[in-house]
Amino acid sequence: MESHFVVPSGEARQSRASVDPAQRLREASRPSSEVLVLPESEPLHLDGGQLLAPVQIAYKTWGALNAERSNAILVCHALTGDQYVVGEHPVTGKAGWWETLVGPGKPIDTNRFFVICANILGGCMGTTGPASINPKTGRPYGLDFPVITIGDMVQAQVRLIDHLGIPELFSVIGGSMGGMQVLEWAARHKERVFSAIPIATAALHSSQNIAFHEVGRQAVMADPDWCGGNYHAAGKVPRNGLAVARMAAHITYLSEDALHEKFGRNLQNRAERTFSFDADFQVESYLRHQGSTFVDRFDANSYLYITRAMDYYDLAAEHGQVLASAFAGTRTRFFVVSFSSDWLYPTRESRKIVHALNAVAANVSFVEIQSNKGHDAFLLEEPELFATVRGFVDSAAQRRGIA
Amino acid sequence: MAETIHSSAHPGAHRADHLFIAEMVTPGSRVLDVGCGDGALLQLLMDTKAVDGRGIELSRERVSACVARGLSVIQGDADRDLDDYPDRAFDYAVLSLTIQATRYPREVLLNLLRIGRRAIVSFPNFGHWGIRAQLLFTGRMPVTPNLPDSWYASPNAHLCTIKDFTDLVQHVDAEVEEAVAFSARGKKLPIRNSRSAQNLFGEKAVFLLRHRTQ
Repeated sequence: MESHFVVPSGEARQSRASVDPAQRLREASRPSSEVLVLPESEPLHLDGGQLLAPVQIAYKTWGALNAERSNAILVCHALTGDQYVVGEHPVTGKAGWWETLVGPGKPIDTNRFFVICANILGGCMGTTGPASINPKTGRPYGLDFPVITIGDMVQAQVRLIDHLGIPELFSVIGGSMGGMQVLEWAARHKERVFSAIPIATAALHSSQNIAFHEVGRQAVMADPDWCGGNYHAAGKVPRNGLAVARMAAHITYLSEDALHEKFGRNLQNRAERTFSFDADFQVESYLRHQGSTFVDRFDANSYLYITRAMDYYDLAAEHGQVLASAFAGTRTRFFVVSFSSDWLYPTRESRKIVHALNAVAANVSFVEIQSNKGHDAFLLEEPELFATVRGFVDSAAQRRGIA
Repeated sequence: MAETIHSSAHPGAHRADHLFIAEMVTPGSRVLDVGCGDGALLQLLMDTKAVDGRGIELSRERVSACVARGLSVIQGDADRDLDDYPDRAFDYAVLSLTIQATRYPREVLLNLLRIGRRAIVSFPNFGHWGIRAQLLFTGRMPVTPNLPDSWYASPNAHLCTIKDFTDLVQHVDAEVEEAVAFSARGKKLPIRNSRSAQNLFGEKAVFLLRHRTQ
């Protein structure tokens, strides 16, 4: 969900200099970022019951860990994000996906904090996932990769934080699926989280959201080039299926108002309808562009596994169906953020989290930010988001005694 | 918890009821400010009493302003969002110049008395002689510097007098530990024991309450 909704109306961006598919595959195994390898002797105990090892965790860090080891902030990325929060992306050459919020002098100030982001388990930018080489076969895992959960992703992050020698994270922050990881950290590892910032997220994946994901997965699987998940071996890529999945999903990241404002019924580089199935409308052209650029940088099987992990997410179910129980005894300071036009993770979902936190008398702040940009607002220019995150982080840092 | 009344004549100066509330609060305690507005009371309590303060506020803009200045505030509604809090989660649950703007004052007060070991409520006194005189002589709903809105524009759905409020306190089985009446300019009335006198001369009041069964 790193779309940047910035296509100038009237001209869709043409695909930039095309991405080298070999480069993308290389990043899946030998990423440009740093890596931690968990050896065979230290497997991840997956929620599905299997053991997974060895596991590679690709991550990046910015800033410096202070002497007290108290200033670390973990950024959790969303479905199609990765560890390149700040700085150039090794595959697309684009800027980092959260440079609005993270960087020198930004609300998550890399001059002050030690910021960490790891590619999630199941991802395709260097952390072990279905595109990684299965050591038992010497070929990509494909569908031999076990189905994973948000909890498994967080377990991998915990190993990384252990490796970095950080007893307690000053903050964990993330939007969308990143927010689910934040909640998971706050629930399962509460003693290691001083503050938590779940943004545009929910404590469970709704029926409607599962439905959208299923449409995406079926689109991928219906593409003959998916080859039952073995497209790597066949030297193919299910481009069409994955692009359709992305197009459908992308609509859910926006809002009707935003689409209308941006495109209306404007035609794409033509004066008249063509009476064909060409992309007559700007909105069609925009979506096709979103689909094709996504395929260039993302692995189709990864998309299946990660959307599945989101579908399985239900924090209350892990705690006797009482969401408040997930947070019982918490001493973490929370800042919950929603956006008024987000219909994928609507404000009422954030409110449920807030109510659960109130029920255990947790320290919580909550704002619903007025925005017409839909779910993607968390990645975009939202001054109120920046001001409130800054205020919350500064105040928490003062409490934690971080200079 | 619509619009609360703004009485501070000098920007930056503390509101009179806030100062009286701060006097009632024990240092280092846990405080929930319901209808916390721009967070002025929370800030005052944190600065002078080192409390662990939280707030609820209806207005999105004010919530953002509070969070941006580092206060723990949630966007919510006194009429709807107090039910979730556990019993005695706070030492004090505060409602400053807000009860008259709630839809269900009795339920809100009951929730305050449940959530806080003590409840502190401040409100404008509709029994003040000036208000009585306006109604008597003009035959119209009083408009004063303290209650500046016309009846149709006022957020205040449930105005009451000090005596009315005292009756409600009885009705919800709470007791008054302290009651202070004061003028619009923040001058405390010397009379403490006579509710009738407070009701006639006080423009606003602050009550410190405790539930009898706790």
